[in-house]
Amino acid sequence: MNAPAGQNPEILAARDDFPLLARPMNGRPLAFLDSAASAQKPRAVLDGLRDFYESEYANVHRGVYLLSAQATDRYEAARETVRRFLNAGRPEEIVFTRGATEAINLVAETLGRSGRLEPDDEIVLTVLEHHSNIVPWQLMRDATGVRIRAAAADQDGNVDVEAVFREVTDRTKLIAFSHVSNTTGTVLPAREICHRARERGILTLVDGCQAVPHAAVDVADLACDFYTFSGHKLYGPSGIGALYGRLDLLTSLPPWQGGGSMIEEVTFERTTYAPPPARYEAGTPNIAGAVGLAAAIDYVQRFGSENIQRHESAVLKYGVDRLQAVDGVRLIGTPRHRAGSISFVMDDVHPHDVGTVLDREGVAVRVGHHCAQPAMRHFDVPATIRASLGIYTHASDFDALVEGLGKVKELFQL
Amino acid sequence: MIDLRDLYQEVILDHSRNPRNAGRLTEPSGTAKGHNPLCGDLITLDVLVEDGVIRDVSFDARGCAISVATASIMSDMLKDKTLEEAHDLFRRFQKMLTGPDAEAEGLDKLEVLAGVREFPMRVKCATLPFHTLRAALDNEPGTVQTE
Ligand SMILES: Cc1ncc(COP(=O)(O)O)c(C=O)c1O
Repeated sequence: MNAPAGQNPEILAARDDFPLLARPMNGRPLAFLDSAASAQKPRAVLDGLRDFYESEYANVHRGVYLLSAQATDRYEAARETVRRFLNAGRPEEIVFTRGATEAINLVAETLGRSGRLEPDDEIVLTVLEHHSNIVPWQLMRDATGVRIRAAAADQDGNVDVEAVFREVTDRTKLIAFSHVSNTTGTVLPAREICHRARERGILTLVDGCQAVPHAAVDVADLACDFYTFSGHKLYGPSGIGALYGRLDLLTSLPPWQGGGSMIEEVTFERTTYAPPPARYEAGTPNIAGAVGLAAAIDYVQRFGSENIQRHESAVLKYGVDRLQAVDGVRLIGTPRHRAGSISFVMDDVHPHDVGTVLDREGVAVRVGHHCAQPAMRHFDVPATIRASLGIYTHASDFDALVEGLGKVKELFQL
Repeated sequence: MIDLRDLYQEVILDHSRNPRNAGRLTEPSGTAKGHNPLCGDLITLDVLVEDGVIRDVSFDARGCAISVATASIMSDMLKDKTLEEAHDLFRRFQKMLTGPDAEAEGLDKLEVLAGVREFPMRVKCATLPFHTLRAALDNEPGTVQTE
């Protein structure tokens, strides 16, 4: 097949920025197609971390010495970088977390304790959600008595605005959904969902893990109340992520974890809490992680989100076309709008066996349920094979994948 | 590096496509479910034990070639074995897959699965049917998980 049209030469060259991708795998060049699980790291992030530890590291918000002040500046500058990246109004609206999982737990728990929810109130999710956008709500349900409803996807893996609002009732207090599905790659109509929710006074939380690496995100334009993503899927370090929350919400919700930094004054009788974001950042934060995340954001922004989106769409379409042309391959999800991921199964070979054969061919894919068991049930498959891309993915990686599937067929005599 | 053909041998492919003893027993003395959450493999296994001897084994499996083939070969070998012999078989099988060297003594037809030891990520696929068997022999309620 011909190389896809619409590729960006600068982005094609980005692969050289990622040292790990030069590592051979089982004697073959590595075709890394598992960025949706976690992305590889560019030199800019690795160097940024090293420089920070070598010249500016100290604890933040604590010391009066210069080094601590510098580290604090870097940490807060990272917050500002995330603010700009999401187009949030104010830096106080950005809370650093361990990742999206922690952010969703933070919102679910504090909302549950806020007194804003009554038994029989409802929360709407979608069937495509990652377990991290299901289980925290169930824990909160068990504490508050709210009900959880799940919006359906169609057979192609689209989740329409109508499907979401079919589950919405007068009791709905919150809609939580992924901006992009980590299983089918479906881009959900986040803007329409959030705008309609806001008109009805319903809060929204958007899980942006699989969206931020592939497109520009603007929380003001989306009109969401909460937005979250994990740094490690955006070429940053693991153990750092961010939560955007509307300031009036962050100000009125109760604190989450208790500890240092989140307080104003502590006595044994009574403690007063710091305003956000400190209120939600108890204890020493992942200081270098935040600095590394900012380096990752700076790195991708050099290419421009629009350029990345256009380039990746071309590569992704190439992948879809190539896979669809393979006999015995069935795509799981053929959504109208797709970003990042392609899931598929092969007739007569279990995904796990496919994954083992592909690994031998130097092709790294994810096989399994992708922490989205309700989505697996929706498509009536126990597991899928998922190929997902990053900024460094070339059309040739999909060529290697398709070649590997040929090996699978040969071995299984199909 | 071992060849993939040593992992996916003809016998294994055959057992995974046409599992022996597939189905359910009408009056089992023990039943257990096994689940490998990593890849979604699911197995339900029935045993009929009389006087300390396994008279019959049947299973329903939805999973990868390695787990289904193991279940199939295992079920074939268990009939008329004593409980002690069945437990011993599991010990030997585990030793072949994870022990210091690939000792396959007394494993008979299960020896074709020796190649799995070269694929550490897949060892759990092969041991799932045995874990499930052990639970069925004890008639343990609940689901056996590999992790
Ligand atoms: C859509 C989606 N949401 C949430 C998560 C959880 O992210 P993390 O494990 O980084 O907290 C993931 C990552 O697997 C994801 O793909």
